[in-house]
Amino acid sequence: MRLNEIIQLTNARIVAGHNMDVGEISVAYSSDLMSDVLTLDTDQLLLISGLANVQLIRTAEIADVAAVLLARGKKTSPEMIDMADKIGLVILESPFSLFRASGVLFAHGLYPIY
Amino acid sequence: MALFTKKYIIDADNSLSYGQASSNFKKVLKLLGIAPPIIKRTAIAMYEAEINTIIHGGGGTAQVVIEDDHIKIMFEDHGPGIADIEQAMQVGYSTASHKVREMGFGAGLGLPNIQKNVSELKIDSTPGKGTKVTIRIAL
Repeated sequence: MRLNEIIQLTNARIVAGHNMDVGEISVAYSSDLMSDVLTLDTDQLLLISGLANVQLIRTAEIADVAAVLLARGKKTSPEMIDMADKIGLVILESPFSLFRASGVLFAHGLYPIY
Repeated sequence: MALFTKKYIIDADNSLSYGQASSNFKKVLKLLGIAPPIIKRTAIAMYEAEINTIIHGGGGTAQVVIEDDHIKIMFEDHGPGIADIEQAMQVGYSTASHKVREMGFGAGLGLPNIQKNVSELKIDSTPGKGTKVTIRIAL
């Protein structure tokens, strides 16, 4: 799935990594627990989360996440945007709940990791 | 002679710097052309250990060494130490504070996840004095 499709489906807006070409994203993982994200072996995934802090960005960098979708209307702080821009990570903000964002993306063909 | 050595200071007082050592070392590994699966395992293990050094050790250092056939990272802190290492290694066991859990950590998954990603994990701890964690990843 292309990033613009993810944006359209979740009514999202892009807040960091505007110039990044993340290519095709085929899998997603939803979690507020960064420890769980760090147990994944998958690269190039969409991380859907409601955790709005810099640790989300750092974890995404370490775990080779392609893009982050911040759900339930959580706002990205300037520090998060700054860090994401430096490492070249795309951050999207969606007003949808974690369940709704995950559900709509799953229904349109994004695969779960497990 | 080692291909690369560096000692990182792990600062627990500035939350913006949490994970900076691991982020920096991951870049070094990429520059050196290390295989991506090795980079990923090393970065994840180092990040987990760096977070542990911050949340349990109150900060410390990470000494990295890249040799021909392995990567070694030695973490050292002067925190309260680990009374029962076997218990700390169990999935789900955690002594983390509410603040740490709000950061998205503290679920008792860190040490088992380090173990999963490295060739060798060694923990030396003296309660009241601090903890030394050494990880080795074969190349």
